[in-house]
Amino acid sequence: MSAAKNGAHTFSIEKPVYLSFTGAIAGPKEGKGPLAPDYDVVKQDLKLGQKSFEKAERMMMKEACDLALSKGNYRPEDLDYFIAGDLLNQITVSGYSALNYPIPFLGIYGACANLTQSMGLGALLISGGYGERALLATSSHNCSAERQYRYPTEYGFQKPCHAQWTVTGAGAAVITADVPPVRITTVTLGELADLGMRDPACLGTAMAPAAAAAMVYHFEETGRDPSFYDAIVSGDLGQVGKELAIDLLFRRGYNVGDIYNDCGTMIYYPHQQVNSGGSGCAASALVVLGNLFRRLSQGEINRALVVATGAMHSPTACLQGDSIPALAYAVSLENETSQ
Amino acid sequence: MSKKVEDIFEISSDEYQQMVEQKKPRPPLGKNLLLAFLSGGFLALVGQLIINFFTGLGFTPSEAADPMVAIFIFLGALATGLGVFDKISHYTGAGTAIPVTGFANSITSAALEFKKEGLVTGVGSKMFVLAGSVIVFGVVTALIIGVISAII
Repeated sequence: MSAAKNGAHTFSIEKPVYLSFTGAIAGPKEGKGPLAPDYDVVKQDLKLGQKSFEKAERMMMKEACDLALSKGNYRPEDLDYFIAGDLLNQITVSGYSALNYPIPFLGIYGACANLTQSMGLGALLISGGYGERALLATSSHNCSAERQYRYPTEYGFQKPCHAQWTVTGAGAAVITADVPPVRITTVTLGELADLGMRDPACLGTAMAPAAAAAMVYHFEETGRDPSFYDAIVSGDLGQVGKELAIDLLFRRGYNVGDIYNDCGTMIYYPHQQVNSGGSGCAASALVVLGNLFRRLSQGEINRALVVATGAMHSPTACLQGDSIPALAYAVSLENETSQ
Repeated sequence: MSKKVEDIFEISSDEYQQMVEQKKPRPPLGKNLLLAFLSGGFLALVGQLIINFFTGLGFTPSEAADPMVAIFIFLGALATGLGVFDKISHYTGAGTAIPVTGFANSITSAALEFKKEGLVTGVGSKMFVLAGSVIVFGVVTALIIGVISAII
């Protein structure tokens, strides 16, 4: 067996799987944020000459994928799977992007946790011997998400100060069995957590318990302490969610304050008026596949734990009175040459 | 170890909700109320000036309300189309949402948004998605009050 299961959630990826090549395409607002130098491309507008935001988002996903493929000199046929997901109904962006890649398509939905869900699944498939390489992708777009989940983009409602801003961007990665040095060493698959949060304007608070739980499963099932890692990042809890996650972890005896940060709070400057911070699949994708990947590849950091988080927010379910459950998947990334 | 979140952190839904309420930043209530008051009041003042203008032309005060509402709807729609309404309402909040400008913004923003899905199936069907309940409940309430007033 090439992948060993520790406990109910965590898999050790024993036959090597590497995060080999990435593509990070960011929107205009993200391009004005602190991590802009690590994005491959920054787009100057939200429509990109397309007739709709959805079509623009598709363009961004395709561009991210093509970039990751070209960095490794791969043709699409060289890959065994295309694993992708996004926030739109019927995962429209991913489904239509898959038309460009004539390989088996696995569409996934973990909301904003798509990044680590795709990495986890891809790593399990490759490490299990069911393929050599996979193309992973995820994206989000502020306008396409707003019009689907909340309100028309020109609607003048005053956002509460705990609200978050959906990040516009696309991230793609090629994971392989043979291109080091950034190795996917463990995968922790979370379960749904629901502590009764009902506010769709405050998804960070719905996701914080899931993120904290995934970290607990990870630490206790691998036997690792938070200090094993140089960096621990959650996907998009925002400032409020991040503080809640820290407090929850503290209740279980874990002190993560110094090493832990949240991608949603890293992606924008405070003056960019994003209230609690960024959200969306691209929050984790842009930070991890841009900044974190570069730092790992160059040996600036050696071990990172990425805990992308998703709220299974269904506007219909919310209107029918249900609370918002959430989940998280954690993936540990380690620079092999530093071991 | 497969434990539910409540067990891992020894926390109930209610306790967590309390934690959340404490962590949520307080909205700047004073500032929001003041800006809403000033902007809403300013719009009311402008509305009155428009009514005065039309009564000066010979309209009765109640007749003059019609062109005044029409002008405000036009301004709200124009600001929405130019993309400035939401930038203004970020600061003014209820001050621009409550007057008829807010109503105009809700219809215009929906119409603009769903244009991509065609005139009939997009704009036509979806333009009242936000204002629909205001219209329905407003008309129904007016009907009921009208019937009651006719009977009394």
